[in-house]
Amino acid sequence: MAESPFKADIERVQKEYSEKMTPGAIVYIPGSSVVNKTGGWRVFMPQFNREKCIRCFMCYTLCPEPAIYLDEESYPVFDYDYCKGCGICANECPTKAIEMVRESK
Amino acid sequence: MVPLEEVKKMELPADVKKKLTLPFEEHFYAGHTACQGCGAALGLRYVLKAYGGKAIFTIPACCSTIIAGPWPYSALNAPLFHTAFETTGAVISGIEAALKAKGYKVKGEDGIMVVGWAGDGGTADIGLQALSGFLERGHDALYIMYDNEAYMNTGIQRSSSTPYGAWTTNTPGGKKHFLEQRPKKKVIDIVIAHKPAYAATASVAYPEDFMKKLKKAQTIKGPAFIQLFAPCPTGWRAPTDKTIELARLAVQTAYFPLFEYENGKYKINMPSPNKEPKPIEEFIKLQGRFKYMTKEDIEILQEWVLREWDELKKKAEIFG
Amino acid sequence: MPMRKVMKGNEAAAWAAKLAKPKVVAAFPITPSTLVPEKISEFVADGEMDAEFIKVESEHSAISACVGASAAGVRTFTATASQGLALMHEILFIAAGMRLPIVMAIGNRALSAPINIWNDWQDTISERDTGWIQFYAENNQEALDLILIAFKVAEDERVLLPAMVGFDAFILTHTVEPVEIPDQEVVDEFLGEYVPKHAYLDPARPITQGALGFPAHYMEARYTVWEAMENARKVIKEAFDEFEKKFGRRYHMIEEYKTDDAEIILLTMGSLAGTLKEFVDKKREEGVKIGAAKMTVYRPFPIEELRALAKKAKVLAILEKDISFGIGGAVFADASRALVNEKEKPIMLDFIIGLGGRDVTFDQLEEVVAISKKALEGEKVEEVNWIGLRKEIL
Repeated sequence: MAESPFKADIERVQKEYSEKMTPGAIVYIPGSSVVNKTGGWRVFMPQFNREKCIRCFMCYTLCPEPAIYLDEESYPVFDYDYCKGCGICANECPTKAIEMVRESK
Repeated sequence: MVPLEEVKKMELPADVKKKLTLPFEEHFYAGHTACQGCGAALGLRYVLKAYGGKAIFTIPACCSTIIAGPWPYSALNAPLFHTAFETTGAVISGIEAALKAKGYKVKGEDGIMVVGWAGDGGTADIGLQALSGFLERGHDALYIMYDNEAYMNTGIQRSSSTPYGAWTTNTPGGKKHFLEQRPKKKVIDIVIAHKPAYAATASVAYPEDFMKKLKKAQTIKGPAFIQLFAPCPTGWRAPTDKTIELARLAVQTAYFPLFEYENGKYKINMPSPNKEPKPIEEFIKLQGRFKYMTKEDIEILQEWVLREWDELKKKAEIFG
Repeated sequence: MPMRKVMKGNEAAAWAAKLAKPKVVAAFPITPSTLVPEKISEFVADGEMDAEFIKVESEHSAISACVGASAAGVRTFTATASQGLALMHEILFIAAGMRLPIVMAIGNRALSAPINIWNDWQDTISERDTGWIQFYAENNQEALDLILIAFKVAEDERVLLPAMVGFDAFILTHTVEPVEIPDQEVVDEFLGEYVPKHAYLDPARPITQGALGFPAHYMEARYTVWEAMENARKVIKEAFDEFEKKFGRRYHMIEEYKTDDAEIILLTMGSLAGTLKEFVDKKREEGVKIGAAKMTVYRPFPIEELRALAKKAKVLAILEKDISFGIGGAVFADASRALVNEKEKPIMLDFIIGLGGRDVTFDQLEEVVAISKKALEGEKVEEVNWIGLRKEIL
């Protein structure tokens, strides 16, 4: 499985992150939002069925987070650290390869 | 501060890259605080993909202020300037002028894109004057209005872009039938009255089309404007997974047709002008904000949609 | 060689802008400031000034465009007055909070209602809490000089705050006086090029300016503005010193006139200082121990200088062209803050004078002196006095 594209960024942000106030309150670290794991918001989680997937990339394209990336074989990988469980991917999947299921916590 | 070159890029096989309709590089970062299924967040992701490391963004006080992140966070891998609600048009004018004065190339294939990203309230209402000034003066910048049809950041109040019959917190509906009584303001027509270099409508449901328009906005010299339809499940009282479906239905019903205005010519992209658009019920039935509408209300809205659609088709015929 | 020219205050401001070489100017016409951008347009049209001039559709957009331009990292200038400045109000806070060293020339004018195009300081005084440095000019030469000094101070790394220079409507904006125009090379040396280190937008530098500040961070962000304004005291004095060395003219936070043995000191700002000097000369001939003082810098408020001045006086009479309803003059309130914990302090009196272009006459100043004398003799007088009111029509 491929790694989340944000994994390296989290390390980068954690290394550079500082709460020290800057002149004009400038934010110096681009993409620093990655340290905020929004996956905790989720009620329903996307469950992926690899057999049904036709690799059309609709789910990847339409994810507003983005919390879907592609593995070495270009199948979608769901980044549950960030997926808020909106369900757009499941709703738009032409082969119903994604199903939203209530998450048991 | 991280130089752009170091920003993570994932390599994809060539055939996959070809199949993808969007640039693969991600400049919009997860962990942002948009609501679930936010159309605006998705739109912003597309714009960042389109312009990569070549754009400077200006965002007024709106949902995107929150989405971009509080200090010291940022969800964008791009320079970003937060400004007051009504000033997007003026601020991008200033940025463009400063870049030109510094001798930078602005717009064009390899130039810097100065992008204003404002909501419908910040554009159609409080920011209309600054928008008009920006268009009229002919600055080489792009103004994108992400249209979610109400003041969502303050908690769903009607804007002039809210459609007839919609519930909002200040058009709540009651015994005296007090839903939104005015039709959606056609901001794009006001924009076109300025004869800008380029104006278009786009939708988050059609990323390929949007990408093409962003490309045009980049290459055509002069001011460009794109009205991006960006559903808000929270404010529309719709399920979060319906964002794209709603955006698509808005186009298919001709409620929000996709078209371009370029060199004085209109071109309709979608839906097909030769086919009967889908009935408006299909768009409204998925949304809680329309649930107080009576049959007569729906007829009024339907009539408005078709009348506007006819008008657009005529414009495309005459100025095509 | 510096050139001497006879010109209006507005032209002097435009000349200052030309000498400072801003890259972007965005301005909107308003009486009495209109001539400043007009003159700049001429300079730009003649190729004498290499700046992008944005002809905006309102003052709100003028300052917003300046904020955008300054954030993109270039020296930026604008001019306005009165209602125009009031319209800019919300963006003034943004400029200061984002530490953008914009410089603005103001033809000090009254605020509506009733609509009035003539001089008082209500416009700039009302913006005293925005985080902008404020200078007030006594004459056209000062208007030119203080704009150059304003750029120097605003762009200093220790300050990085916007600055406004006020000069009185019509009394200065439209009155011709001889003005010495400094040599471009010396101004270039004095100002140098503006090279921002913090706030500048560039695609190769993905920073965010003006992000939402939560309660956990907002106060610290505001505190840095406070600190910058405190730093400005020192930086302004350094700039005054350097200006004197380069151009031969001396400026002070508070300039004193015949104050050394004075019992009554009249304190004011702007062009009124000229009138006060003449008046002091007249009263001195009559044997009255009176002096005058002019505040050149209003923000940061010259606290130490005012304390030093106050030590010399038995009555400190503040003459000001502004009113903060429900308390009195703003300068009086500020001066009170400066002196409140001083062990020995003079009797302080406030005189609201010359609002909306009302001429300040010697008769009115006699009234000021009369009230001050009464107070000096231990008689009870009003703390806030409206001078020159036409009581017959009230």
